[in-house]
Amino acid sequence: MIKRRKIINKLALFFCFLTALWGLFWLFFILVDVIRHGLSALTPTLILNDPAPPGEEGGGLKHALIGHALITIVATLLGVPLGVLGGTFLAEYGRNLKISRFISFLADIMVSVPAIIVGAFVYAVFVKPIGHFSGFAGAIALAIIMIPVIVRTTENMLSLIPWTLREAAFALGAPYYKVIWQIVYRGAGMGIFTGIILAIARVTGEAAPLLFTSFNNSFTSFDLKEPIASLTVTIFQYAMGPYEEWHRQAWGASFLITLFILFLTLFGRYFIRRRLKS
Amino acid sequence: MRVEIEIRNLNFYYGGNALVLKNINLQIYKNKVTALIGPSGCGKTTLLRCLNRIHDLYPGNRYEGEIIFEGRNILSKEVDLIELRSKIGMVFQKPTPFPMSIFDNVAYGLKLKGIKNKKELQDRVERALKEAALWDEVKDKLNQSALGLSGGQQQRLCIARAIAVEPEILLFDEPTSALDPISTGKIEDLIIQLKDKITIVIVTHNMQQAARISDFTAFMYLGELIEVGPTEKIFTNPEKKLTEDYVTGRFG
Repeated sequence: MIKRRKIINKLALFFCFLTALWGLFWLFFILVDVIRHGLSALTPTLILNDPAPPGEEGGGLKHALIGHALITIVATLLGVPLGVLGGTFLAEYGRNLKISRFISFLADIMVSVPAIIVGAFVYAVFVKPIGHFSGFAGAIALAIIMIPVIVRTTENMLSLIPWTLREAAFALGAPYYKVIWQIVYRGAGMGIFTGIILAIARVTGEAAPLLFTSFNNSFTSFDLKEPIASLTVTIFQYAMGPYEEWHRQAWGASFLITLFILFLTLFGRYFIRRRLKS
Repeated sequence: MRVEIEIRNLNFYYGGNALVLKNINLQIYKNKVTALIGPSGCGKTTLLRCLNRIHDLYPGNRYEGEIIFEGRNILSKEVDLIELRSKIGMVFQKPTPFPMSIFDNVAYGLKLKGIKNKKELQDRVERALKEAALWDEVKDKLNQSALGLSGGQQQRLCIARAIAVEPEILLFDEPTSALDPISTGKIEDLIIQLKDKITIVIVTHNMQQAARISDFTAFMYLGELIEVGPTEKIFTNPEKKLTEDYVTGRFG
């Protein structure tokens, strides 16, 4: 009997191991491919130059890098405060309201709505009335994707903080906003921060919502009121294009985005650790 | 002996309708230790939590009757809970150190009271830690996280945090049930020392503890106050049969 259990245990372990291997295999396959193709495309001209005429050598993705950074920063500035405050409402002030559970449920659905639908939505309510594509529209679309992710992580992280900790602060005569700001956020800060980083990392890789909103631009632009280039849309355009040089640059851009997400994660972890020590 | 708190005809309902405290009448004397004892679910913690109105954090909870403190009914709607809780502190069953440094933990209540002067903060934190018999153990690591302390140290830190704001009354909700015997002993000594300055109400499951540290003992059963009196009398010569059965360990 015991022997049978041991065999089943070994079998279960073996299958767990296999599935982990299966996931990791594809992950590394993609990563290695991106690095292999991307590294060779990664030249100073790729980062420093604007695009050359199609098919010619020497062009770069400066326009897309700048555009992508601008859109992501504005999206973060829009999405993070709204998301964190919304999650705080759900977990704290509104924790006993029926509507809070409903909003949580909606946020869960929003998390899995295809990004392209968000793009189409922003196109309909923002791009169409104004009459042209714009960087702001792209940032709004990305913010809409970020908000439910951050709302739910914030809510979950805050509800992990035991109520006795809040009670202890209340028992010292703290008003609720100070309990949240000084005690609960401190305890949950690491988790919320991770959620924010993950949300940024998620929208950094989005192409579909930007196609409908910020569209594209062949020149470097800092004007978010106008169409603006982004790495992901450029990858889409270049990968579909007929030129070998474009394909090369698309790999380079893929590599850059992957690298950015990696650094974002590492920075997040470093920042968290430093904060914990101080 | 002066009466610090007088509880009159107190009823308490959880979530709107479940009556868990039935017509409680109890006097708590100044600078004495009053122990609340009784089997699980008898309402002793619920009663304790009425005294700083921590029940107000949850919807549907309702009080009836009066709790008189400093000449007014603290159950009335006009009472400022922030002020009330700075006068009536609480120490919980499990240690509740805030995720910040040892110093900031003790200074937390002081900062809430608006004390910003660094020197004064330092003095009062040091005094509170000394009174909580923790100073010698933490004086060299005041800036380290309080989460790194042992359970017993954390609980004494919570006591230091509570006494730093110089409350009139300190409520203890089974403060030693999560601690080892040595830490328990330290906290019991502490409570006996504190009563010179502070009125103490303690909920405990441990009858020896109640006998060791309290001056008065109140025995509760099924939401009712069965008997209250000097601790010695409750443990040696109680008037009610139920009390005797409980303190002699026949049930509970």
